[in-house]
Amino acid sequence: MSTPRRNNGEGCDIAGGKIRCLKARAVLIDMEEGVVNEILQGPLRDVLTARSSSRRVGIRQQLGCGTQGVRLGVQGADCGEGTGSGLGSCVLNLLEEEFPDVCRFVTAVYPSAEDDVITSPYNSVLAMRELTEHADCVLPVENQSLVDIVNKIKHMAHTGKPGSVIKKDSTLISGQGGVSKSEKPFDAMNNIVANLLLNLTSSARFEGSLNMDLNEITMNLVPFPRLHYLVSSLTPLYTLADVNVPTRRLDQMFTDAFSKDHQLIRADPKHSLYLACALMVRGNVQVSDLRRNIERLKPSLPFISWNQEGWKTGLCSVPPVGHSHSLLALANNTCVKPTFIDLRERFTRLYRKKAHLHHYLHVEGMEQACFTEALSSLSSLIEEYSQLDATKNLLMPDAPRLNIAT
Amino acid sequence: MSVVTVQLGQCGNQVGQELFDVISSDTNDAQRYRPSAQGKTYHACSQERFLNEEITGELSARAVLIDMEPKVIAQAMATAAKSGRWKYGDQSFFCQKQGSGNNWANGFCVHGPRHEEAVGDLVRREVERCDRLAGILSLMSVAGGTGSGVGTYVTQCLRDAYPHSFILNQLTWPYGTGEVIVQNYNSVLTLSRLYQCSDAILVHENDAVHRICAQLMNIKHISFSDVNKVIAHQLGSVLQPAHTADTHSQYSRNPMGELLSRLVCHPEYRLLSVCSIPHMSSSSLAYSAFTWPGLLKHLRQMLITSAKMEEGIDWQVRAPPVGQGTAEKLSGFNTSLANLLILRGKDVSSADTCGFLDPALYSPWLPAEGAISTWRSPLPFNKYEKSATLVSNSQSLLKPLDLMVGKAWNMFASRAYVHQYTKFGITEEDFLDSFTCLEQVISSYRHL
Repeated sequence: MSTPRRNNGEGCDIAGGKIRCLKARAVLIDMEEGVVNEILQGPLRDVLTARSSSRRVGIRQQLGCGTQGVRLGVQGADCGEGTGSGLGSCVLNLLEEEFPDVCRFVTAVYPSAEDDVITSPYNSVLAMRELTEHADCVLPVENQSLVDIVNKIKHMAHTGKPGSVIKKDSTLISGQGGVSKSEKPFDAMNNIVANLLLNLTSSARFEGSLNMDLNEITMNLVPFPRLHYLVSSLTPLYTLADVNVPTRRLDQMFTDAFSKDHQLIRADPKHSLYLACALMVRGNVQVSDLRRNIERLKPSLPFISWNQEGWKTGLCSVPPVGHSHSLLALANNTCVKPTFIDLRERFTRLYRKKAHLHHYLHVEGMEQACFTEALSSLSSLIEEYSQLDATKNLLMPDAPRLNIAT
Repeated sequence: MSVVTVQLGQCGNQVGQELFDVISSDTNDAQRYRPSAQGKTYHACSQERFLNEEITGELSARAVLIDMEPKVIAQAMATAAKSGRWKYGDQSFFCQKQGSGNNWANGFCVHGPRHEEAVGDLVRREVERCDRLAGILSLMSVAGGTGSGVGTYVTQCLRDAYPHSFILNQLTWPYGTGEVIVQNYNSVLTLSRLYQCSDAILVHENDAVHRICAQLMNIKHISFSDVNKVIAHQLGSVLQPAHTADTHSQYSRNPMGELLSRLVCHPEYRLLSVCSIPHMSSSSLAYSAFTWPGLLKHLRQMLITSAKMEEGIDWQVRAPPVGQGTAEKLSGFNTSLANLLILRGKDVSSADTCGFLDPALYSPWLPAEGAISTWRSPLPFNKYEKSATLVSNSQSLLKPLDLMVGKAWNMFASRAYVHQYTKFGITEEDFLDSFTCLEQVISSYRHL
């Protein structure tokens, strides 16, 4: 599924370690040429064909072009800016119509509070409505969290004690071990999200003793159709060069995955309610390691009453480059609620004064109703999370069982 | 007579591969170390039962591999071919590109009907290669989507296609904590349907097998392969040739028929559990000696306390005095409906099984002499000098079943995840029917 497309089955020449005959199954969409052009001329030019990007301005043409290539459910969208949020959610609707059976995964980047786009709350809330109603799974990512993680890794890389040198190629933020100076500002942050997607699809790409395909993620982690926002965390962030893998460090990986610092949004899952949780492990980890760690961590994690054993596990035997093992934890947790409440607050602050509204309303097809509907959709989502949150710490009695007359 | 194995889903294919591995290595050992007529007939009988001899002289398993994704099947076939002793038929597999995604409804309502014909053809071809068909053994898990959903559908189809053949389902029950979150739903749906169409359901619990690996085999990092090896060992010791009471010194011709007629005497009671003794790591095997009275004493206590391994059994539990009626059952005592004891190894004829004849062990409405049967084989099984396996139709699965139904019911009460099933056509009514069916089974076993 997520494997790259092979252009011609035979005669694959890998010249100088470069892959030339593989083409990425990707469609690049943007409303301005700059970024896409840059990618097309960058080091990835060999895996992308000019056809897979659409550069002309004009939404209708774009969409026609987009659907021809899209077969894969994973896409990345940005919740703050215009093209990502607006066009992104439009493409989402289109995909639902065209390919109803294919899972639609969205990694949505949420703007931080001090975002450079003033209207970003509007864009985000409008996009949220589409995400809530048309996506199968949303993996929210916050810029601020990515910045924090990047800083932490950089800090480790430069002030590490002697003997704890970070292994090259092993950090999440770059292929150069975070030491190369030539990177562009957002590369490190983008790399984290790229790693998230790599780990997410690893089980579909490589073999393992307990496979976990993409559709299994929705099946297991989405108990109610609208509550499909999954908080993700990646560990380890880097590996030290001269240390083997004692059990303690393996267990540390599991502990880290639930700590506040490793989440890709700013939230604390440990102090909110878990609806379900998935652990996707890669590398040399056995089922007994998984079981031991689940047993160890379970007491400290609050799970909803009817899903006390809400763990989904996947084991993939191929670790990421530079690591001996890695873990991606996905949690359907009510801790996303504060992010949404925060977003709603910033939205209402603008909306109360109807500030910047006229920019939207003069676009054909856009009415004020869209804003109120989007807002009420977000509010009801928050309400649904609150209702579940309210059951936390309550001792729920078991549902009375069916009686059999004897 | 031959047994056709149908391996479904990731779990079923992995267990099946280990099962054929155990059987072929055991069969080869029998021929190598016992060149007498005894070893030869054992070898011939086992080979007829499980393996095909192809024109090239290679042995191929009488098995059909079914999965909705290609990776596991490819791995199983490669591992089998690498063993050099046996392989899977080149054409006897069926796989698709995308799995069922842990969704029972997807497997049962979509994948199953869509591939019914292809799967049916594969099984028929395998059945037609048998001189005489003893029955069909299907291996699957209840947690995932393919094993449970497609497996249930395929079993129903096989029942229609072979109404007079025996169908035995081996089910692997998931870990209590997390493998698949919707595992309890999937299990409830699977078990309730299978109860209508399968002759018997043989259950292995991952938790119990995992404990055997940890405590008896002393494996530090337990992998799924270790767990599957134990399951395969237990299955193999049941299914390999043995002398039954009726066949005297001949190997039984009809293993499945005899197993089912002995154990499933009432259609309401179809759940079978297995336990084996001894289990140990191959390194300590050479330094251990066992006596039949010792093994059987332990095995009997395992039966009445419904323990799955000999370590940490409660020796305080005793059979209640006969004639007290069912009302006065001691807590923790496991009442059986029927048991089948399989003894393999040295001096097997000297083993005394009278401990299992006690009428106090059994439900009062069945005569005790009909409730216990013993199979024996003088050949050591799978490198164990002496080993005993007990297949039991008893209350031992009551507790895990009750727990499983309870958890699923709790989840169903808040209607969580139900939309994933209605999407593919399984309605809330279907869920309720399944719950009712299993509550009935639980109630029947409880009042045994």
